[in-house]
Amino acid sequence: MTTLDLAAMVQRHGGDATRLVQILHEVTAALGYVPPATITELAARLGVSRAHVEGVVGFYSFFSAAPQGRFRVRFSDNITDQMAGSHALCQRMLDAFRVELGEVSRDGLVSIARTSCTGLCDQGPALLVNDRAIARLTPQRIGAICSLIRGEVPLPQWPENLFAIHRLVERRDRILAAVMQPGEGLAAAVARGKAATIAELERSGLRGRGGAGFPAGAKWAACAAAPGPERYVVCNADEGEPGTFKDRELLMHHAELVIEGMTVAAFAVGAQRGLVYLRAEYPFLVAPLEELLARRRAAGLLGRAAGGVAGFDFDIELHVGAGAYVCGEESALIESLEGKRGIPRNRPPYPVTHGYRQRPTVVNNVETLAAAALIARDGAGVVRDVGTPKSAGTKLLSVSGDVARPGIYEYPFGVTVRQVLDDAGAVATQAVQVGGPSGTLLAAREFGRRIAFEDVPSAGAFMVFDQRRDMVAVVENFARFFAHESCGFCTPCRVGTTLAAQMMTRIATGVGSRRDVKDLARVAGVMKAASHCGLGATAGAPVVAALEKFRPAFDQRLRSLDVVPTFDLDLALAPAREATARDDQAAHLDEESP
Amino acid sequence: MTDASPPQTFQMDGHDVAFTPGQSILTAALAAGRYIPHLCFHPEFTAHGSCKVCTVKVNGQPHASCTTPARSGDVVESDTDELTQLRLNLVQFLFAEGNHFCPSCEKSGACTLQGVAYELGMTTEHYSPLFPDRPVDASHPDVLLDFNRCILCELCIRASAIHDQKHVFALSGRGITKHLIVNAESGRLADTALALSDKAMTVCPVGVILRKRQGFAVPIGERRYDHQPISAVAVGHRPKEDGHE
Ligand SMILES: Cc1cc2nc3c(=O)[nH]c(=O)nc-3n(C[C@H](O)[C@H](O)[C@H](O)COP(=O)(O)O)c2cc1C
Ligand code: SF4
Ligand code: SF4
Ligand code: FES
Repeated sequence: MTTLDLAAMVQRHGGDATRLVQILHEVTAALGYVPPATITELAARLGVSRAHVEGVVGFYSFFSAAPQGRFRVRFSDNITDQMAGSHALCQRMLDAFRVELGEVSRDGLVSIARTSCTGLCDQGPALLVNDRAIARLTPQRIGAICSLIRGEVPLPQWPENLFAIHRLVERRDRILAAVMQPGEGLAAAVARGKAATIAELERSGLRGRGGAGFPAGAKWAACAAAPGPERYVVCNADEGEPGTFKDRELLMHHAELVIEGMTVAAFAVGAQRGLVYLRAEYPFLVAPLEELLARRRAAGLLGRAAGGVAGFDFDIELHVGAGAYVCGEESALIESLEGKRGIPRNRPPYPVTHGYRQRPTVVNNVETLAAAALIARDGAGVVRDVGTPKSAGTKLLSVSGDVARPGIYEYPFGVTVRQVLDDAGAVATQAVQVGGPSGTLLAAREFGRRIAFEDVPSAGAFMVFDQRRDMVAVVENFARFFAHESCGFCTPCRVGTTLAAQMMTRIATGVGSRRDVKDLARVAGVMKAASHCGLGATAGAPVVAALEKFRPAFDQRLRSLDVVPTFDLDLALAPAREATARDDQAAHLDEESP
Repeated sequence: MTDASPPQTFQMDGHDVAFTPGQSILTAALAAGRYIPHLCFHPEFTAHGSCKVCTVKVNGQPHASCTTPARSGDVVESDTDELTQLRLNLVQFLFAEGNHFCPSCEKSGACTLQGVAYELGMTTEHYSPLFPDRPVDASHPDVLLDFNRCILCELCIRASAIHDQKHVFALSGRGITKHLIVNAESGRLADTALALSDKAMTVCPVGVILRKRQGFAVPIGERRYDHQPISAVAVGHRPKEDGHE
């Protein structure tokens, strides 16, 4: 085993316990996991309790206190990956290494698991291996990956084309067509002045693109007005909503615009530090973003007197998440930035007054910041003049699923669902999930509705399901997603998401009852009314919508019974059948057919 | 605010409830003798807001009453069929999540979870139990930890961190796998700094943190909630925290 110089590592991070998540990434990169003795030593060196470090390791999907394979493979389990055959491909790899899902091969070579959406839905199925992402999986590619793993070829020596991320931009508008020279937005903001920059943003009508749609200008104004010696600007690049990959495009090909937006925000609110919270599923963005930040530092656009503005000392650092969807929620994100478990805070107070390190903080989505940079340079009209009165500007949609042309589409707000389907070449469409599992499930009769905050809001996902698709399987996938991603803080979501996932799995596998259907609605109601954050509040929505809009798909699957016993004697004999390699009639109990 | 300002009030279920600024809806209601079912709230610690059993409607919107500041003029609903159903379901969630065999539990009769369940009229668990595998920790000479009953209220964590300054307890895992851990590489309570005199020994609302060799010191039938329902105990005189008197 590689030995680690923890002392030096902790020192590089200034002995700062808020750097814990970043430190754990380094430990995992070196050792594959975080051994218990390392946890003890880290806690001592950082001056926190051991249990705190253990709790952080245990919270994030990408950390483990138990040994993992030298190659850690994670198959993206979004519904679009599933539809493209990811489960069969995963099985192929499991068989090749004779290992069970979620386990480590006996020789410690490889561990294979599933993970929530990796944001490559336009080119799935996809997987992650250690800190690299691979898209467009086929049986051939899986075979190649298996050979490389078996040969213990170090990842840097794998053929580069395996890691190619294709760029599929199908429609450009204000943001994707924009060309901005580094510093243009900041220079315009400086010329206009702080208050006028915020006023311009307010005039633009720009609303947050991360989901909630909060007016960006009002957020900046509140942060600027909050008392305190220091302020922060955070770019939310967690993009965890399954089916969403538009921030990936922005950060890969328009990062200059995003960082410009952060710099403008910092100037306007008076922030000294910026933080980009990048999801761990986008490892391919780390080096390019670090290089971009270095370039901007060299150009004087970051650092002391940034942009040549005396007194404007501002720099940006990159934080990488660790596989937790809830960390996209802004207060959980801040907890994670502080090196803790990503649990949403009680609010009020809000981040604009008590955010990172309890200081006033602006948290904005990647796309919001890109739009803000354009507004700073071109004025409010660049957003105000397009879209609808309540939803100004354009919106990037991540289109995936059953379409001829998946990819990124930028439309003015107000575009109809049908228009998007037509442009993407969708035929015989049964349903669209707008905004991801926590968004809105639409049936064909609703395709005249519009993408807008006042009609069908969307943080960016647009997943298309044609007539061949089983909507029960779709919703079952979403239910499993929420159960996997619940942070576990509050009772309704922690328990409700698991109960709902179990009921959906029962129904999807043909052993559900009418009682399950009734209970699903009941559990969804509890989660919606009592959950602590948006995750739990929306977790039941797809189930409720599917029950209303695709009820026949459910009824077909139900056993006619009101209750199906939770203990199935015949099923309980399955391990015995497997052990004796028997599956003949005599090895089964007589049962009435479903 | 001027000195002469009249006492501030909000309305709850048709009654005026007076409060002092800084109080939550729950603390104000309890002080006024109006019970709102709750589990993770403890008067000696900052409200946590995780169990959600204290959910009320404020001007029509559901909020956890323990973390929602009381505001003048708000209209609060608490004692309604809808909210009782909501709370009942949450308690049923908790029963389904853990392994709760009340008849064999040392805390039965003095258990907050059981008391709230009675209060809400719970007659069945309703949901299929999850039957988690949670081995007990009997390593400590004087203390038994029976994790089967843990409802993850974090009171022991808060007491050990804030009051005892020891950080004996913490959480690990996420979602339904979230679980209580102790501060030791061995994972054993015996290897932590826990002492019998710790505040953390006294705050568990259910039967997780138990003194060894003290079983049934108070007989069944004479325990805290055997004489009076929890709704009466909670707004009246508060018995000693360990429930064993
Ligand atoms: C469970 C959950 C996950 C979220 N994930 C994201 C995310 O990945 N990216 C994002 O920008 N916002 C996400 N949000 C919304 C953020 O909480 C917050 O509203 C947003 O970052 C604010 O930025 P905006 O105003 O620019 O949209 C999420 C919210 C919830 C409840
Ligand atoms: S709703 Fe779910 S994700 Fe949000 S705080 Fe509660 S348990 Fe955590
Ligand atoms: S052991 Fe008791 S006090 Fe601690 S979290 Fe569990 S239920 Fe709460
Ligand atoms: S008592 Fe309010 S959430 Fe638990």
